[in-house]
Amino acid sequence: MLETLLPILIFAALGLAVIGAWRRIRLWRQGRSSSVPLLKGLAALPRRYLVDLHHVVGRDKAISHTHVATAGGFVAAAVLMILVHGLGLGASEGLGRMLGWPLLAASATMFVGSLFVARRRRHPPARLSKGPWMRLPKSLMAFSLGVFLITLPTVGVLPAGFLEGSGSWILALVLAAVVAWGLGEMVVGMTWGGPMKHAFAGALHLAFHRRAERFSTKQGGAGRSTGLKALDLKDETAPLGVETPADFTWNQLLGFDACVQCGRCEAVCPAFAAGQPLNPKKLIQDMVVGLAGGSDAKYAGTPHPSQGLGGKPVGEHHGGPHGPIVAREGTALVDAETLWSCTTCRACVEECPMMIEHVDAIVDMRRHLTLERGETPNKAPEVLDNLIATDNPGGFAPGARMHWAADLNLPLIADLQQVDVLLWLGDGAFDMRNQRTLRALVKVLRAAEVDFAVLGSEERDSGDVARRLGDEATFQSLARRNIATLNQYRFQQIVTCDPHSFHVLGNEYGAFYPQGQGGHYRVSHHSTFIAELYDAGRLTFSPWEGGSVTYHDPCYLGRYNGEYEAPRRVLEALGIRLNEMERSGFRSRCCGGGGGAPITDIPGERRIPDMRMNDIEETGAELVAVGCPQCTAMLEGVVDKTAEVRDIAELVADALVTPPARPRRGEHRSPDARTDEVVS
Amino acid sequence: MRPEQQVIEMVVLVSVGRHPITGRARRSDQDARGLELALGLEQQLPGSWISLLHAGPRSEASESALRGYLGMAAGAGMASGADQGLQSLMLLEQPEGADAISALAEHLAEAMPQLVITGTRAERGEGSGLLPYALAERLGWPLVNGLAAVEKVENGMATLLQALPRGQRRRLQVRLPAIISVDAAAPAARQSAFGPARRGKLEATPVAAELDQELTEWQMTPARKRPKRLKIIKAASARDRFKAAAAKAEGGSGQVLEGVSSEQGADAIFTLLNEEGVLRR
Repeated sequence: MLETLLPILIFAALGLAVIGAWRRIRLWRQGRSSSVPLLKGLAALPRRYLVDLHHVVGRDKAISHTHVATAGGFVAAAVLMILVHGLGLGASEGLGRMLGWPLLAASATMFVGSLFVARRRRHPPARLSKGPWMRLPKSLMAFSLGVFLITLPTVGVLPAGFLEGSGSWILALVLAAVVAWGLGEMVVGMTWGGPMKHAFAGALHLAFHRRAERFSTKQGGAGRSTGLKALDLKDETAPLGVETPADFTWNQLLGFDACVQCGRCEAVCPAFAAGQPLNPKKLIQDMVVGLAGGSDAKYAGTPHPSQGLGGKPVGEHHGGPHGPIVAREGTALVDAETLWSCTTCRACVEECPMMIEHVDAIVDMRRHLTLERGETPNKAPEVLDNLIATDNPGGFAPGARMHWAADLNLPLIADLQQVDVLLWLGDGAFDMRNQRTLRALVKVLRAAEVDFAVLGSEERDSGDVARRLGDEATFQSLARRNIATLNQYRFQQIVTCDPHSFHVLGNEYGAFYPQGQGGHYRVSHHSTFIAELYDAGRLTFSPWEGGSVTYHDPCYLGRYNGEYEAPRRVLEALGIRLNEMERSGFRSRCCGGGGGAPITDIPGERRIPDMRMNDIEETGAELVAVGCPQCTAMLEGVVDKTAEVRDIAELVADALVTPPARPRRGEHRSPDARTDEVVS
Repeated sequence: MRPEQQVIEMVVLVSVGRHPITGRARRSDQDARGLELALGLEQQLPGSWISLLHAGPRSEASESALRGYLGMAAGAGMASGADQGLQSLMLLEQPEGADAISALAEHLAEAMPQLVITGTRAERGEGSGLLPYALAERLGWPLVNGLAAVEKVENGMATLLQALPRGQRRRLQVRLPAIISVDAAAPAARQSAFGPARRGKLEATPVAAELDQELTEWQMTPARKRPKRLKIIKAASARDRFKAAAAKAEGGSGQVLEGVSSEQGADAIFTLLNEEGVLRR
């Protein structure tokens, strides 16, 4: 009886799954077109899954092993089950044994895996979603156990006639029901929704990822994502940002659908921890709701935080693929302040095992709010107006950019035309705290006899803040004008002490160069450059005599650009033994200063920099080394801070030992620049 | 809902502004506040019609500045009518240096709006602040300056709130049509969004250029910072200094002239200016 029932069950499930897949694909195809190499992506899928994805999943060894056992067991068991029970190959004596034993092994492995899944679900951490996810271990067990049992007669462990006795049809029916349950969840549910949807959507998402360059290749590859996608502003019919879920590209929608609701993003999100109304996991689920249409009432995870309510109630937000994401009045899918809470630190992106791009999606939605509705909150319109009128966010006179260096005789690149190093100052040039860092950096460059110059008042804001606030028009205007300026001069590399400028100049300007012109230079963060100078023996330091030190990784240097080593190498060269924070390196917690968050200033229960200062306090460090003007400003703004905040450049400048006089290079170029002048 | 639901037609006069630091063309601050006032009024009186009017030359810089006003059409909670009105801007095209007043007056006399809203003073060009007065004189309409809010419009009468120094307000009633001018006391302008600004249309109509003869004879030089009268405070304590800083400027020696001829009045002013050392001989 099972021999007739099983093929029907299996092929019915597969047929339903194909229909479901077609429906799901239609949902994704509501999105805008996006040119992705389909075959190349599918070919790259195994590597992206086995290397890049498991690099992220493997950070939690227990769940990684659980997943390998469960998913690996399932894939093998499913394939073998189709052969053995579906196509009836098990009926033949020889093949039945040859395929039956591996099938038993696969389903047993899967069963063991599902036991661990069940154990994790017994006391699930707060970040995990409940709801349908709670039944997943049972479904896994049903599938693996069912398949295991129906395969026993095939290999001859149980006599073939065992299930054919007069009374045992009940047992056969029970077994068939268990297998049907397993098939329903594992095969049909994969495309019709439910926890297993992640396998189908996730695999395709890996293959057709919007940012393929974030994956490693056999040649090595950075395995790192870079800038945001530029908007086409020349085409007046092209939409400005994302208003409705259908305005996302189809592979973005596919990405949202791949979410497993593991909540790793929630656990690392600084805005969520601060009680600001953003939970990245919920945001992605909101997009999934929008994709299919409906309300978020079925969401079974932690909601967006909300002041005084313990979380925004679910069920009040609703929308559809062609309805607005943010309502002009009332509520739609998401509230605007959810989008404005993000600091663009990409902690969620770094942690997401499904490689979802939360931050890019948020910026896409912000673009609509800013460019179409003019609803950038709080001080942001003022900052954007300043950027338009004065090329800096503070509204300072562009001619005042070099006032901090009035006594330094900094060489201007306009006078020299060609130098080794162009020192990019950033908007920190207008900030008195950052001016100390800049002066320290100049002192270091002079001590190492670097041939450098500055753009002076020709420099403009890099456009970082404008872009993160969604004002792509102002960003592109600044970028184009900066590029025109940079193209006038010749230099080997740009050095900057601002990781935001570093990131934008290095990774985001490329799309705006007039074709075939320029961009042939390296951009370095000052910590990288100082590390190189030290390695080349051009800097000598006196030993460190201060107290305990910790280092705060800036998001735009670390997670965005993968530079974790150079700042640590510099600090080591200074003789500092770092007292690392628990959240450092790729897990570094944001200072709260990115993405225009200090400008849009969405209220929360705590302040992000306060939490970061607590992290610092936990190490017992008396000093925190930083490498970013934003981080410096945010951390220095903490009331009753326990540690002193100093930029790496300042620490290096303080430790400089003047080496015995050497012939100075480049002195003929700027005769009045006295390098021995004390600068700090 | 009152039965006699008022709907009014407003014209906002907009100019090309000048950023105080960089001198770049932008939407003028006061004119943008004027438009904000109009948009607020449009919400009060749904169905009202706002049109934007500018007289001047058309150039790339001025166009992007004027589009700044069209970008304000996107704000939150806009009733349906306003963004229709704000989809275009009427540009009375004139060469540089032509007199805007007659062109504007002719257009307004023809369009007959109930309310004309303008900034008090332009940010470039002459910037004398005379335009609202000249228009009012030509059209024979009342003018109210320094407006803070339009409270209500009923039966052809508008109740206005005029801003006076030190946060004082004066409620006025004026018969429509009228011209009102706004300054920094009016509500701040909303953000201008790129999308609607780009989509908006500039409807240019060339108008007869009436060259401002006087202006051509003038010589333009950058303004010097005006000398400010020093307020010398001889205070021994912080409390005294605070009181002095917060105190009203005291007129004290002022005099009120009533029922005097214009010569006598001018003479009194001339004497005062001489005494104060404002006039140099």
